[in-house]
Amino acid sequence: MKTVMRFFKSLFLLELLQGMRVTGRYMFERKITVQYPEERAPLSPRFRGLHAQRRFPNGEERCIACKLCEVVCPALAITIESAQREDGSRRTTRYDIDLTKCIFCGFCEEACPVDAIVETNIYEYHGEQRGDLLMTKDKLLAVGDKYEQQIAADRAADAPYR
Amino acid sequence: MVTIEINGKPVQARPGAMLIEAADEAGITIPRFCYHKKLSVAASCRMCLVEVEKVAKPLPACATPVTEGMKVWTRSPKAISAQRNVMEFLLINHPLDCPICDQGGECDLQEMAMGYGKDVSHFSEGKRVVVSPDIGPLVATDMTRCIHCTRCVRFSDEIAGVTELGAPGRGEHMHIGTYVEKSLSSEVIGNVIDLCPVGALTSKPYRYSARPWELTSHSSVSPHDCVGANLTVDVRGRQVMRVRPRENEEVNEVWLADRDRYSYLALSHAERITAPQVKRDGAWQTVDWNTALTAAAHGLRGVVEKHGAQQIGALAGYGATTEEFYLLQKFMRGLGSDNIDHRLHQIDFSTQGAMPAFPWLGQALADLDNLDAALLVGSNVRKEQPLVALRLRKAARGGARLMAVNPIDYELNFPLTARRIVAPTAMVSELIAIAQALLESGGEAPAGFAALAAGVAVLDEHRAIARHLKDAPQSTVLVGNGVAQHAQQGALQMLAALVARLSGSRFGFLSEGGNSAGAWLAGAVPHRRAGGAAGAAGLDARGMLTAKLNGYVVLHAEPELDCIDGAAARAALQQAECVVALTPYVTDTMRDYADVLLPLALFAETSGTLVNAEGRWQSFTGCTTAPGETRPGWKVLRVLGNLCNLDGFDYEASDEVRRELEAACSAVLPSSKLEWQAPVPAAAGSGLCRIADYPIYAVDGMVRRSAALQQTPDATSGVARLNAATAAQYGVAGAAKVQVVQGGGGCVLPLALDERVPDGCVYVPAGLAATAALGAVDAVVELKAAE
Repeated sequence: MKTVMRFFKSLFLLELLQGMRVTGRYMFERKITVQYPEERAPLSPRFRGLHAQRRFPNGEERCIACKLCEVVCPALAITIESAQREDGSRRTTRYDIDLTKCIFCGFCEEACPVDAIVETNIYEYHGEQRGDLLMTKDKLLAVGDKYEQQIAADRAADAPYR
Repeated sequence: MVTIEINGKPVQARPGAMLIEAADEAGITIPRFCYHKKLSVAASCRMCLVEVEKVAKPLPACATPVTEGMKVWTRSPKAISAQRNVMEFLLINHPLDCPICDQGGECDLQEMAMGYGKDVSHFSEGKRVVVSPDIGPLVATDMTRCIHCTRCVRFSDEIAGVTELGAPGRGEHMHIGTYVEKSLSSEVIGNVIDLCPVGALTSKPYRYSARPWELTSHSSVSPHDCVGANLTVDVRGRQVMRVRPRENEEVNEVWLADRDRYSYLALSHAERITAPQVKRDGAWQTVDWNTALTAAAHGLRGVVEKHGAQQIGALAGYGATTEEFYLLQKFMRGLGSDNIDHRLHQIDFSTQGAMPAFPWLGQALADLDNLDAALLVGSNVRKEQPLVALRLRKAARGGARLMAVNPIDYELNFPLTARRIVAPTAMVSELIAIAQALLESGGEAPAGFAALAAGVAVLDEHRAIARHLKDAPQSTVLVGNGVAQHAQQGALQMLAALVARLSGSRFGFLSEGGNSAGAWLAGAVPHRRAGGAAGAAGLDARGMLTAKLNGYVVLHAEPELDCIDGAAARAALQQAECVVALTPYVTDTMRDYADVLLPLALFAETSGTLVNAEGRWQSFTGCTTAPGETRPGWKVLRVLGNLCNLDGFDYEASDEVRRELEAACSAVLPSSKLEWQAPVPAAAGSGLCRIADYPIYAVDGMVRRSAALQQTPDATSGVARLNAATAAQYGVAGAAKVQVVQGGGGCVLPLALDERVPDGCVYVPAGLAATAALGAVDAVVELKAAE
C-alpha cells in the first residue's frame, strides 16, 4: 500500500505542488523585506550602537572620570586616565573605547552616574584601518555633539521605563 | 580576664577593655567611624550601637567597658535598627558624590551604607555645604563630606602633638578646620588621609589620578630614616600612584612620616637618568650598558694601574640597600682599596674604631613607648626620625621625663622636663657636667675623665637630668644626627655612652639615613669588613675628599649636597681622573665632574634589604620596573666586578647577596657598647660657630625632588638664623639678607632672627643648593649684611 502511495505521489508531483503553494501564497502576500539602504527598519530607543559622549547644555562635558564604565566593561575595551583640571574639577585626560573589543553590552551606559557615555542608534560606521575604530575622547564628543538631539530624544522616550 | 558573651559566643576580654576591642579580637565586626584603636574614644558617630542585656537603650560599643557576664548582641533587630537609623543621620549632610570622590571604592561610609543604608531618606531639606580650607600641599580637603568623627583632630592632638586641627562650632555649624587658615606644620600629617573614614581628607598629589580597584599593592620599606617604616606601594601599570603605611606594630605601628609617604613623587622626576652615559672628549654620549660598564671598569682599573689602588675611593649614600653596600665594598676591596664610606654627613671619625658592629638603638623601637626617662643628645628627633618622635611622645604622655642637650631649642612634639641649649662647642662640657653629676652619687670615673672634668661647673640642671635618668627604671640616652654631624662627634658619643653607663640607662644611636646599620654590617666603612670584622683602615668619607684621590665611585649620592662638606666634595671630584657615578638622578654639577653615569633603580624599583636602627633586616622586592635602561644597583655592581675580573661576583639574585652577608654577620649581636676612649678636649673655638644640619626634606636625592614635600613649610631653601643678641653683635641686626662666608666659600641667605639659636651661633642648614658653596662646617663663619 505504501509503495503504491509513493508511486502516485511522485507521478503527480504532489510534493512539488505543495511547495509551490507556499511559494504562491507568499508571492501575493504583503512584503516584509526592507529595502536597505533606501528603507530602514525601526529602531528601539534602547538600541546599542556607536558610543558617544554627551555634554551639558552649557557645553561642559558630562564625564567626571569616575571610571565606573572602565571597571564594569566585560571586554576591557575602555581605557581612562584622569587628572584634576585647572578649575579643580575631576576630568579625563584620556578616554578611549576600542570598538574592536567592544561587545555592545551597554554596561558602560548603565554604570554611568551622569549619562555621559551613551550608545547611540548609529550602526552605520566603518573603519578603513584598525585605528579608525579606536574611539578617542574627541571622536566620542564629536559624535555626541552631532547626534545630541537624537540621543536626548531616545533617553526621553525610554525615561518612563528606567 | 573577663568573660562576656557576644552574639551568644563566649569571649574573653581584658578588664577595662571596651566592647568593640573585645569584639574585634573575637573577629566580630561592629560598624564604626570614630573609633580607632590608636586614638582616644570619642563615641561621637554612634555607629557602633549594640544591644546589651538589661539595658533599655542600645549602647556604643566603643565607649562601653566590658563587665563580667555581660551579654551583647551586635546583630539583633534592636542593634541593627539603631545602626540603620544612625546611618540615615550620617547621610543627611553627606553629598554622596562618590563618583568624583577619591575615597570611592575604599570608603568606610560607602561600605557601611551598602550594609546599613536605607534606599530613601526621610530628610528632604537642603544639604549643608562647608568651605574646604587649604591645609597645605599634602592633604586635599572636601569638608562637605566630613561626618565629624574627629579622628583627624584626635590624631593631631594626641599622636602628632600639634594642635592645629579642630572642630569649632556646634551642631549644624560644626566643621573641621585649622583655626587659622594655614598649612599644617606636622611632619606626619599624611596619616589623617588613612584615618579619615570618608573622602574629606585625601592625598593631594594622588588627587583624581586613579581608583583603588586599578591599583596593585606591593610591600616595601622606606629608605629615608632609620625606622625603616613598612610601606604598601600602590602601582598602576608601571607607575607608582601612592604609598600607604603597612601595619607593623613593632616598627611603624600604623603611621607613616610624610617623607616616607610622598617621596615616591621623585620616581618620575625629570632629572631621572634612564640610559648609561659616557663622557668622551668633554661631550656626553648615551651608550649601551656594555660600553658604559666597560668604560667604567677600564677607567677605574686605569687609575689603579697608574696610581695604585689607594688612589680610588667610594662614596655611598645613606639610603642604598645593604646588598649594594656589600657589593660596593667587595668591589673596592677586590680592587685593593679600603677607601669606602657611607658616612657622608660625618666630620669627626676619631672614635670609629670603638664603635660596635653597627649603630644600634640600644633597644627595640617598641621599647621606646615604655620609657620612664630619656636624654636626647644633639637630636631634632621630630624632624629626623618622625616615627621615633611619635613613640617618645607616647612615652611622654605616659609620664616619661624626656630631656635634651641640643644646639638649638628644637620644636619637639613632646614636652621636655629639662633642656640644655648650648652652642655646639659647649655640648661636650654639658655631657661632662652631667656625667660629673652622676659621679657625685657614686660610680667609677673612667681613665682620663678627671682631667676633662676639671673646670666644668656642675649646675642644678645637670644634677636634675642625672637624677631623672638614674631614678627611672627604664631610661635611655640617645644620640641623634646632631652628634653624627658634630665636629667632636667622638667625644660626644663617648660621653653620652658614659652618662648612660653611670645612670644605668641604655645607650642608643638614632643613626642617619635609611640604612646606616646595613652599611656598617656590610662593611661600607673604611675600617671594618662585612660582619664588623676589623681590617686595615682606609680613608674615611672626609679623608677621601681632602686627599683628592684620582678615582671615585659614587653610589646613590650627590656628594656636592650629600657630603656635609659639599664644596670640598665637588672640588675633589672635579680634579679626579675618573669618576664613576651610579646614580638615579643626574644634575649639571654631576655631568661636570663625572666620567661615566650608570642609571640606578630607586627603592620601589629594586629588590634589597634595609637594616633599621634596632637591627631588623627588612627585605623587599621591586614594586615596579625601573624606567628605560635603568638597572638595580646590585646588578650593576655585579657586572662591574666581573668586568674587573674579581672573584665572587656571580650572583643571580639579590637574595644570594643577602645570604652571603648574613653568613658573615651570623656572629654579630646587637650592641651599642662603645669602648671607652678618653676624648681629647678640643681647643675652644672663637668667633661665630655654624650649626649645620640636614633639614627634613633635604636628606637625600629622592626627598629633595619630591615636589609636594618641597612645598611644605618644613622645606627650606636656606635661611641663616641667629638670635637678636648675636645679630647685633655681628652688626647684621637690621639686614634682610646676609653674606655667609665659611672656609673659603660663601653664599647670600635671607636672615631670620630666631631666639632658639644660642649665643655666638648661626644656624645654616646643609644639603641645600643655596648653602653648598660653603666650606668646611667646622670652620669659623663670617657674617656681613648683604644688599
